[in-house]
Amino acid sequence: MLSETDLGAIWLTLRLATTVTLLLLLIGTPIAWWLARTHSWLKGPVSAIVALPLVLPPTVLGFYLLIAMGPQGMIGQLTQELGLGLLPFTFWGLVVASVFYSMPFVVQPIQNAMENLGNRPLEVAATLRAGPWDRFFTVVIPITKPGFVTASILGFAHTVGEFGVVLMIGGNIPGQTRVVSVQIYDHVEALEYTQAHTLAATMVIFSFAVLLAMYVFQRNKPVWGIK
Amino acid sequence: MVIRNKLRVAILFMALSCHAGAQDVDVAVASNFAAIMQDIKGRFEKNSPYQVRLSFGSSGKIFAQIQHGAPFDMFLSADQAKPEALEELGLGVKGSRFTYAVGGLALWSSETGITPTDLEAMLKGAKMNKLALANPKLAPYGVAAAQVLEQLDIKALTEPNWVMGENIAQTYQFVATGNAKLGFVALSQVLQDNKVKTGSAWIIPQTLYYPIRQQAVLLQRGRENMAANALLNYLKSAEAREIITSYGYTTE
Repeated sequence: MLSETDLGAIWLTLRLATTVTLLLLLIGTPIAWWLARTHSWLKGPVSAIVALPLVLPPTVLGFYLLIAMGPQGMIGQLTQELGLGLLPFTFWGLVVASVFYSMPFVVQPIQNAMENLGNRPLEVAATLRAGPWDRFFTVVIPITKPGFVTASILGFAHTVGEFGVVLMIGGNIPGQTRVVSVQIYDHVEALEYTQAHTLAATMVIFSFAVLLAMYVFQRNKPVWGIK
Repeated sequence: MVIRNKLRVAILFMALSCHAGAQDVDVAVASNFAAIMQDIKGRFEKNSPYQVRLSFGSSGKIFAQIQHGAPFDMFLSADQAKPEALEELGLGVKGSRFTYAVGGLALWSSETGITPTDLEAMLKGAKMNKLALANPKLAPYGVAAAQVLEQLDIKALTEPNWVMGENIAQTYQFVATGNAKLGFVALSQVLQDNKVKTGSAWIIPQTLYYPIRQQAVLLQRGRENMAANALLNYLKSAEAREIITSYGYTTE
């Protein structure tokens, strides 16, 4: 049913989505925390930048990333200085691009959960002599866990479904940048409709399962995470 | 009297709008021919009563759309295979298919001042970080690029450096942004008035690849359409050929 190159694309896609989701949880959590708590005038601009990929067509984002990560671009010159070479057409290039692209899907659910939390639980914890880190890991994270779960699933699923950006900076290299969406596109363009159908059906079933898991999980766990 | 006049005007408008409808032609055009077709459309409309509506896309996508009833009267493909297939499927009008342009291939770098001989040597020695080419599975220019590499016996040598664009425009982009040092692009993308526009290019000798024939076909929907037939004939005229060759293509 699925050819070896199809399976290779699936494996690559899962590897990419997992890497991106983990990185986004690391980068997105402090951003979400800051956005949820701050009264700074920077809140508006930062929120807007985080949400930008929701509005921009992926090909626009991909085109700018191609320029920025190229030899004359800002990111490209930095990576060359660091001895990492150029990022386009590499797995890590896709990771960097996907982190930008999927950022709002991770930051916003976490930020919402943290905003709903309010000051009260933190103040109570503080009167019990919990330090800032202690409060964050023993109060904030457990209570906002549903937000993190939603963020992980959305970040993962959105990276799996990524297409336009990968097309622009990927270069269609097997095992490096040829992800499932590109592989499906190749099949369709080459008029190999049967293979396209098989792979597309796999993707539909997978996406449905992931989203179903998320909604079932959310229904069973109320927002405050009370057991 | 007034009512009768109004009626007359209304009937006149209706007749005019019907007439205008019959004089339109919807053409699906392969993306690599988009700029040229805009130019041709302008000249064609100036000297005829007909209106041309253009839709651009990759040949593969347009082919799939036509198969599923897309409202096009004519299709200008980037290859020969798809118009042929449409003709066989009965979706294209038999005998209407012809080569409107023949594409050439160039090895191009966005850096200026590299001689063609040096470019050829760089290619043969695989002396480049990345070699961009259109995906041979999808794009006729990619097929031609693969033929060149095979003829020069350097396919295996260069393969680790390949980056593939899904079409020739994207392949051009990879090289233009400097992300790939060298790339196989369409001659029409880098040549203007027989001079290389920017960067450096080696025009690949025709002996190394089969001619890239871009064919057009009249579709069943446009069979009786006067505008479609007129445009088809115009594409074969000396005037249109002159426009086409000025963009770096040849004609048959």
